Amino acid sequence: MSVLLIAEHDNTKLKPFTLNAITAASKIDSEVHVLVAGANCENVTKEAASVPLVKKVLLCDSPNYQNYLPENLAPLVTKTAEKYDHIVASANTFGKNFMPRVAAALDISQVSDIIKVSSPDTFIRPIYAGNAFATVKSNDKKKCVTIRPTSFDPAEKTGGSAQVEKIEAVDVPNTSKFIKREETKSERPELGTARIVVSGGRGLESGENFKLITDIADKLNAAVGASRAAVDAGYISNDHQVGQTGKVVVPDLYIAVGISGAIQHLAGMKESKIIVAINKDGEAPIFSVADYGLEADLFKALPEFLAELNKLNTIQK
Amino acid sequence: MKILVAVKRVIDYNVQIRVKDDGSGVHTDNVKMSTNPPDDNAVEESVKLKESGKVKEIVAISIGEDKAQESIRKALAVGADKGIHVKADSYIEPLGIAKILKKIVEKEKPDMVFLGKQAIDDDCNQTGQMLAAMLSWPQATFSSKVNLKDKSVEIVREIDEGLETIEVNLPAVVSCDLRLNEPRFASLPNIMKAKKKPMEQLNAKDLGLDLTNRIQQIKVEEPPKRKAGIKVANVAELVSKLKNEAKVL
Repeated sequence: MSVLLIAEHDNTKLKPFTLNAITAASKIDSEVHVLVAGANCENVTKEAASVPLVKKVLLCDSPNYQNYLPENLAPLVTKTAEKYDHIVASANTFGKNFMPRVAAALDISQVSDIIKVSSPDTFIRPIYAGNAFATVKSNDKKKCVTIRPTSFDPAEKTGGSAQVEKIEAVDVPNTSKFIKREETKSERPELGTARIVVSGGRGLESGENFKLITDIADKLNAAVGASRAAVDAGYISNDHQVGQTGKVVVPDLYIAVGISGAIQHLAGMKESKIIVAINKDGEAPIFSVADYGLEADLFKALPEFLAELNKLNTIQK
Repeated sequence: MKILVAVKRVIDYNVQIRVKDDGSGVHTDNVKMSTNPPDDNAVEESVKLKESGKVKEIVAISIGEDKAQESIRKALAVGADKGIHVKADSYIEPLGIAKILKKIVEKEKPDMVFLGKQAIDDDCNQTGQMLAAMLSWPQATFSSKVNLKDKSVEIVREIDEGLETIEVNLPAVVSCDLRLNEPRFASLPNIMKAKKKPMEQLNAKDLGLDLTNRIQQIKVEEPPKRKAGIKVANVAELVSKLKNEAKVL
């Protein structure tokens, strides 16, 4: 029994969620092997090999894999999968894109987006946007599994020295072409991994007013989130959206401001450790999931909140 | 060009999901159903391409019980030309759905297959990618912008880091994000007209495919409920609680 985990990286560094996926993979079986497929990705290989939970790193260095086009990556994973019982990746836009192609090629029914490993063939996964949890058992001999990264702690990064084995690239179909990637640049922590998230909703009333949110986020070294309503209203860009159709976040502290708490938003944040809701409507559904609710006008409460935070000198970075 | 657009009938996104006490699933009796939201975007984009003159024909397909035809009729009412209903009385996993779609693609020979990026019931996010792999076609998942050319399609995709632009050769599978467009509503006259559009009916059992589900659903349960929180009187109390009680500041 061994697990093949497909590393997510940018050819220079391992993406943080790969560490969460390694933890999940190690709960399936202790023999975790990591496939690093990319171009000139020696450093990624080094990083993967130094994760103590990783027993072996397979390196496939080829320009074919530089932009992880699924048409190119899936055949390599499919071939490498021959020797493994489980093929796993993060259930983010990286893993979701290529893994079903691997599963289809192997005639396997994929188990998507698991939040818990009950046994090597039984997993828990959210359905209906997290409104129900399903326990499922895969009866396929080989299993393709994607992992919700935020449901597993990141693995230790250093201390290991796994063996690195080079593997050959496979033929690519040349049916798709990468053109460009526009990454949203931000000085703030990434929404998916931030310890604190401050989110604004329709209650902010305008894009300019989002400054009230960003000021607090900057004070707390937090990421900025938003409800779908705020995104649709054009107050803030898509990549800030938290919810069923946006990002699922599990920070230590989630502060929802002027967000009513539609089902679709709750699906993206209700697993947060501590939830704070600030809303002038005391009946807003967001209060039903909030540990601390403040019924108040946000335009008055947020400046006060910032002033109180400025009085504290213990804010963790 | 010809587009095959796949739609799924699911519990409406505004319905509060209720889990059955016996753990066998969720309540669906007397629950409002509608087309899976991103599938509406897939239909809308197909219709826009037809209006632009680049696409000649749109075939809408749904797989499921008889009522799946409602989702097909809705697609016909906004501009699809023909419907195909593949009858299936029980749940089929994305792997099986992809096999059925492959069979239909081989018969209909579309230049593109459009579908939603994910169904909001089983949240699998697999069908489009699996279908593309089975056909050895390229794919464009989570698409938020579609620029159709003669022999290829340029797509802007929503990825975790931001946006990615790719170009894939035709034929291709395109999975649609909610941000792709604003689906239109069908007018009453068009709903009436749609009733006269052709609807082919097939039975999944008759397609000669292995549709056995490989994943056994052991139980479905409610997610753990959050403990009821408290209301604080003012900002000072909130900050004090966060610092001293929750210890998150």
